[in-house]
Amino acid sequence: MDTFLDAFAAAFALIFAGDAALLQILSLSLQVSLSAVGIAVLVGMPLGGLIAMRAFPGRQVLIVTFNALMGLPPVVVGLAVYLLLSRSGPFGVFGLLYTPTAMIIAQVILVAPIIISLTRQTLDALWREYSETLSSLAASPAQSLVAILWDARFSLVTAVLAGLGRAIAEVGAVMIVGGNIDNITRVMTTAIALEASKGDLALALGLGLILLLVSVLLNLFGHGMTRFVANETVQ
Amino acid sequence: MTERQNTTEGPILPLSLHGVGLFRDGKRVLKDIDCRFETRTEDAPGKTFIVGPNGAGKSLLLKICHGLAPPDEGRVIWSGQGAKDPDTVKKRQAMVFQRPVLLRRSTQANIDFALALRGVPRSERSDRVQAFLKQTGLSRLAKTPARALSFGEQQRLALARALAVEPELLYLDEPTASLDPASAHMVEDLVEQAVTRGTRVIMSSHDLAQTQRMADDVIFMHRGRIKERATVLDFFNAPRNDLARDFLDGKLLWWRRRSIYGSEGEPCG
Repeated sequence: MDTFLDAFAAAFALIFAGDAALLQILSLSLQVSLSAVGIAVLVGMPLGGLIAMRAFPGRQVLIVTFNALMGLPPVVVGLAVYLLLSRSGPFGVFGLLYTPTAMIIAQVILVAPIIISLTRQTLDALWREYSETLSSLAASPAQSLVAILWDARFSLVTAVLAGLGRAIAEVGAVMIVGGNIDNITRVMTTAIALEASKGDLALALGLGLILLLVSVLLNLFGHGMTRFVANETVQ
Repeated sequence: MTERQNTTEGPILPLSLHGVGLFRDGKRVLKDIDCRFETRTEDAPGKTFIVGPNGAGKSLLLKICHGLAPPDEGRVIWSGQGAKDPDTVKKRQAMVFQRPVLLRRSTQANIDFALALRGVPRSERSDRVQAFLKQTGLSRLAKTPARALSFGEQQRLALARALAVEPELLYLDEPTASLDPASAHMVEDLVEQAVTRGTRVIMSSHDLAQTQRMADDVIFMHRGRIKERATVLDFFNAPRNDLARDFLDGKLLWWRRRSIYGSEGEPCG
């Protein structure tokens, strides 16, 4: 029990002290995960929309594949990206290993299947409802895609939050491709893993509480946005 | 795109269907459809009504004409001067469905969206949106989410959205089927106004009184075929087809069709 109390104490102390190291780690965490989610949204939402709108051979296989990829183990993704980016790997020349960029790449791979699958599922139903009307209104495929994405924005916030939750909470991928280097690639989850392995369980748990708090704040923001959007649409 | 200027001149009508047939889930739902819709002129009919029992294929015929369902047999031919560009053909038509599908946006945004798709410049859109909202009595609901409107208001909005693009050809699929008499009357008025402005209307209806009141000519369909096409006077006074006569007498019932067609007599579509 003492450890939990110490954890809360450590968390409060860190927050109220405005610990510079903590802020740096936290901001890198947010930078990496928000960038990864941003990129995954830019790629995944149009892709999910296209899968929802189009009938093509292998569509079912693609759907099942992306659904399965939602459960990709972060460590495996980390290893794969590590092999690709390491000096001897095909993208070794770019020297990206142990940089925040490498961490973003790994997280994009983790998050994109979630965005693709949830977008596809959300838009499937909407497309069935809209397709004839949009066709009657003479909307091009691109215009139709934009229209259904826009009209589903209420539901798509959930997809973004699910992706963000996955990105900000995973440790396996960023640990391997980032290396948990102080001041350069250390993020909240790798810091927690480090403190835990050093035996400072209270500090590790305290950092965990702060991460949880950040996660709650991000979700509150998402929820607020959904409420705001819901005011002008009726589902 | 450079030829656009030339190809958009002139009407897209006439439209003719030659031997059109359609299958849905392995069942034949339209067969041997031959018909022609002329350009709107002083003496040519402006309002063609499609009548017939449920499952006759009325909605499907509208969708085939509109290009929403490609036919499995036969051809759909646009032979007007403006019909050389398929994009133009598409953009000169509009349709109101039996169940209106409105976008999850405000009432005015629904009309604005349709205008934007037709390439109406932003500066003109706002005025046109307001004009059609006023015409359909929806001005005070301009900013209301379209999905929060009553069914009658939604149907009027769907009609406003179709009329706002000033189509040459307007398809209406039983637009007044689930409306109260006042709303139905309003929709009828709006359709009449559009016809006065030069729009050619093809409309399916279950309401024989409405058909008699509004139609110029009538297509009678039964089990996926056109059984009769006549002027409204001829159709109601002296239908040539036996089934049409029974339909008008209210006698065209399921069991009756079964007795005529034997085991194939189930309603189709």
